[in-house]
Amino acid sequence: MTRDEIKDVILEIIADIDEEADFNNLDADAPLRDQLDLDSMDFLDIVMELRKRYKLQIAEEEYPQLATLTSCVNFLEPKLQGI
Amino acid sequence: MKQSAENQRIVITGVGLTAPGASNLTDFRANLLAGKSGISTIDLRYMGVYPAGICEFAETRYRKKRENNRGTRGGCIGVYCANEAINDAGITFSEYDRAATGVYIGLTEHGTVETENEVYNIGQFNYDVDYWTHHHNPRTVLNNPAGEITMNLGITGPHYAIGAACAAGNAALIQGMQMLRLGEVDLALCGGISECVGSFGIFASFRSQGALAEHVDPAKASRPFDRERNGIVISEGGCVFTLERLDRALERGAKIYGEITGYGMNSDAKDFVLPYGPRQRQCMEMALKRAGLAPGDITILNAHATGTMQGDIEECKAIGETFAGCTNTWINNTKSSIGHAMGAAGVLELAGNLPSFTDHLVHPTINLDNLDPECARPGLVANTPQELERVEAILNNSFGMLGINSVVIVERFVAN
Repeated sequence: MTRDEIKDVILEIIADIDEEADFNNLDADAPLRDQLDLDSMDFLDIVMELRKRYKLQIAEEEYPQLATLTSCVNFLEPKLQGI
Repeated sequence: MKQSAENQRIVITGVGLTAPGASNLTDFRANLLAGKSGISTIDLRYMGVYPAGICEFAETRYRKKRENNRGTRGGCIGVYCANEAINDAGITFSEYDRAATGVYIGLTEHGTVETENEVYNIGQFNYDVDYWTHHHNPRTVLNNPAGEITMNLGITGPHYAIGAACAAGNAALIQGMQMLRLGEVDLALCGGISECVGSFGIFASFRSQGALAEHVDPAKASRPFDRERNGIVISEGGCVFTLERLDRALERGAKIYGEITGYGMNSDAKDFVLPYGPRQRQCMEMALKRAGLAPGDITILNAHATGTMQGDIEECKAIGETFAGCTNTWINNTKSSIGHAMGAAGVLELAGNLPSFTDHLVHPTINLDNLDPECARPGLVANTPQELERVEAILNNSFGMLGINSVVIVERFVAN
């Protein structure tokens, strides 16, 4: 998957969680939780959805890697190579 | 009870509900009086198509779809009913403290639907429990629907579930009444909720027991007291009442639907599923005694009868013995119109009868085409409403598995 495709997947998963999420002014380098109405359970939803879609096992100590959109893409890019 | 001090008299001041075919009391009452069934069908995995009572209501009127997705169907029903009840009562929480408000919700069961769904879900992933949702525990704890109501309304008083099988709605009403009388809370939101149409296991278990209704026309499937009855029609639903102490209700000029004057609860101590008429009779007598009423003082008796062969006869025997010679007592059955809403049944059926204090009508038992002689009782209102000069008291029966019986009596409100 390309970086743009990974970004789209993340935003799509967030939109499934919160259909009112507004991505218009999203700063890709700032924490998602500071900009969107997401809590810890929502982050677990993102982790679960990635597991279901791509069989990705993300360890708890890796969760901070999902803090911003850019860090998500950086973290997921090598794991989603060839998909 | 009417002799009690006004701070010990408990009145119903608001009703919020969703039932098969109606999502407010006005529509619900209209359907019951018109003899209109709310029963349709559901197509459940493993089961196929069966008659069932499904609720349609404004699911996102009081909270977002996102919160509905995170919570449960029971929570969604509860949030809707609680908000509707509060609005109906005209309560703004300027007159009541949210910390002195209690939420008491009766449930037949809770968590079955969510558990079945998750087992099905991990079945898609070779039963790898890594795919089991982190939402499972908060969704399946027994206080879930009540807790979702408190989170939605910012109520910080106590909330919990009353588990009493299909007697649970009445039981929650009794609990709320007792907490108000004890002064533990100043406002009680109490009622019952059921989401059980989502569970194939509940349908399958009734079918295995030979107690699941089947009929080519789903509207005809729920037919208590009829010779052709063949079991229960499972429904979802919810009903929440606002209960207040009379002095506070009068102080704020609240509309009063009725006064709860009597109640009874007891246990058969006999069988897992079979009802026991003699104990039901004792329960009705207990409620009458508490209310200070004779059987003949009851104008409407809402029978619990679910449409099972044995259960209906057993209750009719108990009613016949308790109300022998009572010529002004009329009997109806609300499940014939809406099916069996389990934990919500008692309160929904009571709600459906409450408008009789003002419209002076007894809604009928429908689908009563061929009365079972063993269920024949004087005063049984069949297929068309019965008009009366006045309705003074409603007795509401609600019984459940493991032999739990509950009876609530509500009287027309008369100020001292």
